[in-house]
This record gives sequence, structure tokens and C-alpha cells, in this order.
Amino acid sequence: MRHETRIAVGPVQFRIGSDWAEPIAALERLYAVYPKDGMRPADATVRLFAARPWRRWLRPSVHIGGDFVVPDALPLPLPMGLLAAEMAMNLQVALGWRRHMLLHASAVARDGRALIMSGESGSGKSTLAALLGEGGDWRLMGDEFTLIDPADGDALAFPRAVSLKNEAIAEVAARVDAARLGPLLAGTPKGDIRHLVPRADAIAAMHEPARPALLLFPRFGGESAVEPMGEGEAFVRLTEASTNYVALGEAGFAALTRLVRETPAFAISYPDSEAGIGLVEHLWAEA
Amino acid sequence: MSAVVALVDLLAGRRDPAKLARPDWDGIIGVARSEAMLATLAFLLEGAALPPTVAALFADQRMAAKVAQTQALWEAEMARRALAPAGVEFVLLKGAAYAVAGMACAEGRQIGDLDILVLASDIRRAENLLLKAGWEWVKSDPYDDHYYRAHMHELPPLIHKARDRMIDVHHTILPRTHRITPDALALMSDAVRSADGYAVLCPADMAVHCAAHMLADGDLQGGLRNLWDFHTMTRDFVATDPGFWGKLDGRAALHGLRGAVHRAARLSRDLYGARLPQGWDRHDPVDLWFRRRLFARDDWGRVTNPLLEQAFYIRSHWLRMPPAMLARHLWTKWRKGS
Repeated sequence: MRHETRIAVGPVQFRIGSDWAEPIAALERLYAVYPKDGMRPADATVRLFAARPWRRWLRPSVHIGGDFVVPDALPLPLPMGLLAAEMAMNLQVALGWRRHMLLHASAVARDGRALIMSGESGSGKSTLAALLGEGGDWRLMGDEFTLIDPADGDALAFPRAVSLKNEAIAEVAARVDAARLGPLLAGTPKGDIRHLVPRADAIAAMHEPARPALLLFPRFGGESAVEPMGEGEAFVRLTEASTNYVALGEAGFAALTRLVRETPAFAISYPDSEAGIGLVEHLWAEA
Repeated sequence: MSAVVALVDLLAGRRDPAKLARPDWDGIIGVARSEAMLATLAFLLEGAALPPTVAALFADQRMAAKVAQTQALWEAEMARRALAPAGVEFVLLKGAAYAVAGMACAEGRQIGDLDILVLASDIRRAENLLLKAGWEWVKSDPYDDHYYRAHMHELPPLIHKARDRMIDVHHTILPRTHRITPDALALMSDAVRSADGYAVLCPADMAVHCAAHMLADGDLQGGLRNLWDFHTMTRDFVATDPGFWGKLDGRAALHGLRGAVHRAARLSRDLYGARLPQGWDRHDPVDLWFRRRLFARDDWGRVTNPLLEQAFYIRSHWLRMPPAMLARHLWTKWRKGS
């Protein structure tokens, strides 16, 4: 393709090709501090392309593809190329990765132990992880995917640039160096989006596994509440949050069973981030 | 070096994987994924000297392919439980058949839908038994439903409501409206048993079906994979039965598919280095277009020659139905906007 770059996030080496220079330049700025290994072959290929040659210039719209293609994925206008790249990278991992069990969950680690947060879009799992990752002793492992190693049950990081949405943008932007923020992408199909580059120590430690110690299922809104969750419910919720649970077969079942048996789980509700972080720290202290 | 050429060379054993550099692997892995052959390559290169990250990716692929095959064969077992008690005999086709027969091409081969063949006289019973056992219609469109039943070689696809897996129930191996009419009764009556009791086509019919599926019915999507099936199965059948090529020729003639079978053999010679006996080892200038179509992928896994791809798509429809019917069919589909 005309323009290309390579990015390594956690265990996945991406090769990203594009019909336009802009999304590649934006990615290279956002991922500038990530380690590079130019000699390593790519695990996953991502393509950002124009459906027709003239659509490179005329109302340019970015289709996403690569090793795996979702036929009805809607294209995005060129100024949202960075979001298209993010979606395309997620898609390739979600559909193609088999080494680990993928959980659609955010995670942070402290002292080699991991806190994993799973929830629907809007549950606040990304914002909580981003805020925890900024303050104090936590290392951000990822805001989108957490990888579970079927061999030993460890959690592995996938610390891509955090995708901050809507109100979370101002909340996080107030606490971090502006140099770590990507451009504001206003009015995307997912609302306003701005990317946050994780802290340098989190990126440097991205290959260090952490032992799952606490599973949370956050829900943003309502009074502060904590409810212990049984193994069965946690198991079912996590099968729904995994993109490759079925494809892994027995190994996936064994990994997930072990995770819910060995890790205490809670559903939490919280009215604002401060209360959410308070609940998390409280549960962590007991875990 | 083009990645698709490098992939074919690796499969044919003409290229040393230890001599490949990073940019080569990028393209080879991308193209192999596009052709649904990454796990096949991973099995073939098991134990070869590979860059560590490629070796790790290939190990993932082998493991995932084994799980996928177990899951696909479970569907065969489910079909057996639905059909066998009522006495409906069925023959496994394609990927599931290769797997139960323990064939080399089954290693790493993706198995999508379960394809089975039943006698035309059993097709209604098979349909009812499957519906009773939890499969249901995928298409609710009356035109499509009618089209399948009137003109195709299979029922409209059925999907299992709990397991979300598809089954294609065939009564022959080419559409009814195709210019060629294979002998479906002979396919069924000469089927053989696999070790775990499934019926599969006899070796010659299996190769005929593989060639028919690739060259007489399809538009060469996934052609490299289908050709790999044909190449490895004929190679292994000949190894156990030196008279295999002669039997294949006779069987292909019986089904009216000598042209497709001979072309498949020539293409597997040209791409994968198959050794052909006299009478097969010929040259046909038209093969050039097939080779071009099979090699039409760039290093990003994209089809490089959309016109050629389109031409093969039209050809597949041209073979499938007479012109007036094709016109009617396309008109109806166009009006419905699907």
C-alpha cells in the first residue's frame, strides 16, 4: 500500500497500510514512544483503504480491513482516520488472536497482581483504568483488551492508546501532560474521542504478566454500591466479553473456569469517578 | 519477490523458509490468511527453522486449527445422530470428509459449513429430520428458497439454532441447471467407510468433486486452497494405488468432468510440482488465465486483478445456468436489490 507503519502493542505486531498519508502520520505520532522492532514479521495486517480509487480524493472515506474483514463495517471520513485505524486494529485482534483468551476488559496492575474490569461501553471501565493508571502505584495494562494466558492463568497487557470518550476527555486531560494526548476527534459515531498515550513505565512493562487478583463489573451511574458476584455469573458474563472463548475450545473453558474460581468478583455502581476509584481501592485492599 | 509466489513455493517445497527475510514473511502470512491457508502452512513448516515470532504464530494456528476441526467434526456427529436412526444414509463432503479420512490436506484446513450428500429421493426426509433436530432456515426470502429448491444441487442452507453452525445438504455435486450432470447415484453407491464409520466419496470421486467444486462451479475464490486439496489427495492416492490416475480418468469421464479434472491436475503440476503420468502431462494455453487468477494477490492480501476476478465470477454463473435463465435470475436479484 502507499503508506505503511508497524506498531507493537503487547504481544501483537501490527502492519498497517493506508491509501492516505494522514492516518499513518497520526498513528506514528500517537505511538512514537512504543518500542519498535522493524525486523519482526507482523502477526496482524490492517488496511485503511478507499473503496473506489477516486474516493481517495473525492469525499475521502476510510474503509477498514486487513486479515479479517467485516462486510458491513461503515467507513469513516478521512479526518477520523485515527479512529478507523484503532477500530481496524481491534478488529484484527478480536477475530484473529488465538494465543491468549481475549477479554473485552480494561486492566491495571500493582505489585504483579491485576485488577480486571469488564463492562459494556459506557460502564466507565476505560475511564477508571485511565485514571488509576495516572495516579500512584498502578500500571495501566489496557483499556480495551486483557489477555489471559491459558497455560498459567496470568493476565497480559494490551496497552494501546486509551480511547477517551466524551466527558472522560476533560476529566483525564486535566491531569496529564498535553503531549500525551492525541488530537480531538469530534462528532464521531462514538461521540467525541481523544486518545491518551499510557505512561512510559506502563509501556515499558507491557510484556510483564500479572496475576489476576480482582474482577470488577463496573456500572456508571446511581448510588455507590458493591455486590459480590458468584463464580457462575462471572463466568457467563466473561464468556460474553470474550471474542475468542468459543474458538479456543477446551483451553478457553479451562482458562475461564480457573479465572473465576481463583479471583473474587464484584459488581459495582458509582455516581462519579472519584467514588468509583474509592470503591476500587477499598475492594483492592481486601482482595 | 511476490508473496503469493513465495507462499506457493513454500507449499511446493521449492523454497527454504530459513532464507526468508522479514518483508517476505509479512506478505506470506498476509496472503496465506487471505487464502485461508495459514494453518496449512503452519503444519507444513512445523519443525522448520523459522524466526521465533513466526514459529509462535504458527504454533497458535496449529492449536486453533485442531480445536476448529474437533468442533467441525462434532457437527458431523450431530448430523449422524439426526439422520442415521431414521435410515437416511449420507456421505460427508469436502473438509469434514478429508478430516475423518485422515488425509494430509485436512491438517490445518479450515472447515466452514458441514457439507453432506444424500440420495435425491431422501432429500425431503433429511430436511424434515434436521428441522426436527434443531436446524432452521437461514434465508427467509421466498425467491431464494424457490431458487435453491428448483435449480440448485443443495437445500437452502440450514443453521443450528443452539450451536450456530450451518449444514449444506446436497443431492448432487453441481447445480441442476449446470451444463454438466454428474452421476449422483454412482457417487452415493460407491462411497466408502472411514475408520470411524462415516461414509466418504471413493478416492477417485473425491478428486473429481474437488476439481468440479474448484473449476466447474466456483469462481476460483479460495482456489489455492482447493488446488492444494487436489494436489495432496491425488499425490497420496497414487502412492497407495499406482493405477489411481487411470481410475480417476474413467471416473471423471463418467461424471462428465474430464476437462475440469485434467485441468486441476495440470494446475497442481504448474503450481505445486505434481508429477503427472502420460496422457495427463499436457499443455493447454487457456490454463494461463487460471494461473493468473490463482496468483492475483498482492503482498497485502488484496486481489490485484479485479477484471479477471469479475470474469471468473461471470464464467461461474455462465456454467451454472443457461443464458435465458441467467438473465431472468440476475434481473430478479437486481430488482430486489440484493
